[in-house]
Amino acid sequence: MDNTTCFHCGDDCDKDLITHDDKLFCCHGCKTVYEIFAANDLSYYYDLQAAAGSTPNTITSKYDFLDTPSITEKLVEFDDGHTQIINLYIPTIHCSSCIWILENLGQLHPGMYQSMVDFPKKMVRISYHTEQISLKEVILFLARIGYEPTISLEDFDKKTTNKDRSLLYKLGVAGFAFGNVMFLSFPEYFEVQEFWLEQYKGLFRWLMFTFSLPVVFYAGQDYLISAYKGLRSKLLNIDVPIALGILVLFLRSTAEIIFDWGSGFFDSLTGLIFFLLLGKFFQQRTYSFLSFERDYKSYFPIAVTKIFSSGKEQTIQVYDIKKGDRLLIRHEELIPVDGVLISGEAEIDYSFVTGESEPVKKESGDKVFAGGKQQLGAIEMEAIKSVSQSYLTQLWGNAVFREDKQSNFQTLTDSIGKRFTVAVLFIAFSAALFWVFQDSSKVWNVLTAVLIIACPCAIALAAPFTLGNMLRIFGKKKFYLKDTRVIEQLAKIDTAIFDKTGTLTIGNHNSVVYEGDALSAEEKSLLKSTLRSSNHPLSRSLYNLLEEQQILTLDQYKEYVGKGLYGSKDQDELKLGSASFVDNCSLSTSEKTAVHLSTNNKYKGRFVFHNQYREGVSDVITKLKETMDVAVLSGDHDGEKNRLEALLPTLTPLYFNQQPTDKLEFIKELQTQGKQVLMVGDGLNDAGALAQSNVGIAISENVNVFSPACDGILDASKFSDLGEYISASKKAMKIIKLSFILSLLYNIIGLYFAVTGQLKPVIAAILMPISSISIVAFTTIATNWLGKNIK
Amino acid sequence: MSVIYVLLTISIVVAVFFFAAFIFSVRSGQYDDSYTPSVRMLFEDELVAPTKKSKTEPLSKTPLTKSQKL
Repeated sequence: MDNTTCFHCGDDCDKDLITHDDKLFCCHGCKTVYEIFAANDLSYYYDLQAAAGSTPNTITSKYDFLDTPSITEKLVEFDDGHTQIINLYIPTIHCSSCIWILENLGQLHPGMYQSMVDFPKKMVRISYHTEQISLKEVILFLARIGYEPTISLEDFDKKTTNKDRSLLYKLGVAGFAFGNVMFLSFPEYFEVQEFWLEQYKGLFRWLMFTFSLPVVFYAGQDYLISAYKGLRSKLLNIDVPIALGILVLFLRSTAEIIFDWGSGFFDSLTGLIFFLLLGKFFQQRTYSFLSFERDYKSYFPIAVTKIFSSGKEQTIQVYDIKKGDRLLIRHEELIPVDGVLISGEAEIDYSFVTGESEPVKKESGDKVFAGGKQQLGAIEMEAIKSVSQSYLTQLWGNAVFREDKQSNFQTLTDSIGKRFTVAVLFIAFSAALFWVFQDSSKVWNVLTAVLIIACPCAIALAAPFTLGNMLRIFGKKKFYLKDTRVIEQLAKIDTAIFDKTGTLTIGNHNSVVYEGDALSAEEKSLLKSTLRSSNHPLSRSLYNLLEEQQILTLDQYKEYVGKGLYGSKDQDELKLGSASFVDNCSLSTSEKTAVHLSTNNKYKGRFVFHNQYREGVSDVITKLKETMDVAVLSGDHDGEKNRLEALLPTLTPLYFNQQPTDKLEFIKELQTQGKQVLMVGDGLNDAGALAQSNVGIAISENVNVFSPACDGILDASKFSDLGEYISASKKAMKIIKLSFILSLLYNIIGLYFAVTGQLKPVIAAILMPISSISIVAFTTIATNWLGKNIK
Repeated sequence: MSVIYVLLTISIVVAVFFFAAFIFSVRSGQYDDSYTPSVRMLFEDELVAPTKKSKTEPLSKTPLTKSQKL
């Protein structure tokens, strides 16, 4: 095994090998971070986790906006003049070394006297003395050691969310009462006619009653309220039989102890609520380091540089941009508003916004739209609209974003619950009717017993545990879903729509094909040396894709922005660029992105850049086509049409030049035909389609970076497993149905006792925990087995 | 046997006390993050204090393996 991995970050040191202190580093950035840690006695960082670091980003002036107090005061959580506390989201937190170094920041700079990491959320809360260090310095410091925080417009607007711990409290109350009630109910299980038992059974019974009160009215209130709401809107959801069971249990038990008919069923009551809440708790798995709710605000920066008429530059908040403002947009910065280009060479990457895979060249006087990323140097533009009025952000005004998808979907549990309630009521009343004629003293006994024992407990637990476990299993395989409802919807999908740019293609990686005359060795090395000096994205891709050559120092090098490169050495000279720039090019320009090459005034050939498609694209789509309809909707032009047709199974519909609203309408149209649509996309231009579809999945190269609001995030490396995930969801639904059948078995046994009037508290107390536990065990084992088979 | 009143009262008081402690600890935010404390307690506190001359061996050399990363 090659031992050329960087000591700091673990990447291969193939480009440059830097040695320092007997260790290898892949770049100066990593070496610098190592030196910082070593100088401050912090090399324990590397003991905890080998190669734990990340390469620091080169600092640009992008944090200058933090000099403005009005901006910092909105970001900071606490400020009393001497100390400030800030909560930062740092996506590169990934291991124990990260936690350690971030909690020892005080060692690196005494101003940051306290810091605490929340690992699941990937956040760090830093308290610092404002006299010793400012917010901007804190953030620059973090960036220098490889832990750059992500700050977006969303952090600016955020309102403090009150943490909702009520489920934990309710679970505590239910558990506490359950344990105590079980303890108090033991004496009467064994029905020994004992003198002392008779003396004190009143005390025990009323104690049980007291413990049950908070359980029914506080811990169980969600079920009672939900059932009431459901009945009010004429919907029979699963909470109706649960609430019915709870109320009947409570009322009958209270009646029993008042009239001394028996000891009541308080133990079953508290146990029922406890297990149900446990199910809810397990279903609540969330990925707190991801957000499924992102809109344009988390994509845009907080501030931008404004150029005043006096020529002075100052950073202002993005919301303060007014029509007519002049803005300076630097390399790799986002254009925050629609506007007109005033000066500078603009090549703007809109792939996230419209899906166009190639950057668009703009000249002075052209309109530029919000959301594009500037690829070349700095440009000046004049704003036409404000942030919220931009063409892009208006997409979020569409009604689809205000709809709550959740309320319209009826889960399997709810639909079963409907039939269950009806069946139980039917059995209860017919059994009661039977006993009216046989032995009328048993009527109330039987009626209430049926309602108690026909516990939807098992039914209510089957889905949460199965789906909760599936959510966890998917998460391990880097398929992060918003909640369990998504799995149920995924199982019902019959149409799949894919975006092209960034979803089926890998952004920024192009495959290059050279068409033309062969190059000599000198020409090749001249070519590579010329490319080395250029910062243009195409030059860099081409440089990386060409073979290793001997790098020469050029005699002359010139870059003509927007046209091409010129390099010369000794007698040879080389021109690389657009067709008009290069000598004697007689080929007509086609739709493809091509870079032409000529040496010594002779045209040699061209490098054609193709979109590089993800591995497994044709396999995934072929497999999906077996069970559902598939289509591709792209915001790009149709230059790739032939390649796509070759890659995908025949007769896959392909649509190009789709605007974001076109995609949305297309899906709406399919839905009116009754189809259940899955949308797979990645950029802002897919946001509307992702919201409109039944299930919207965002593909992400790096899940910590922005992805639009969706129901699930799929890591790009797992794209080829998409078909497997969908079939696993279908199998999970089968597991739920099987567990319903299992619970039916318990219900039949219980009903036997209830209908014959033999239901004793001890029998109920045994049956219910057994049924709940066995359902939980069954679903957990079955889903784990299913998870192993997904590969 | 009327001592049972006393016994029951005492045991209920103790139970309620523990319940109150539970509520209090949830309210203080301890359970909001249940993962990081488990990593934090394995750190060596004293390692950064001594200077270069006394490089003590860390007692628990159990670095987390890659499979334990999130």
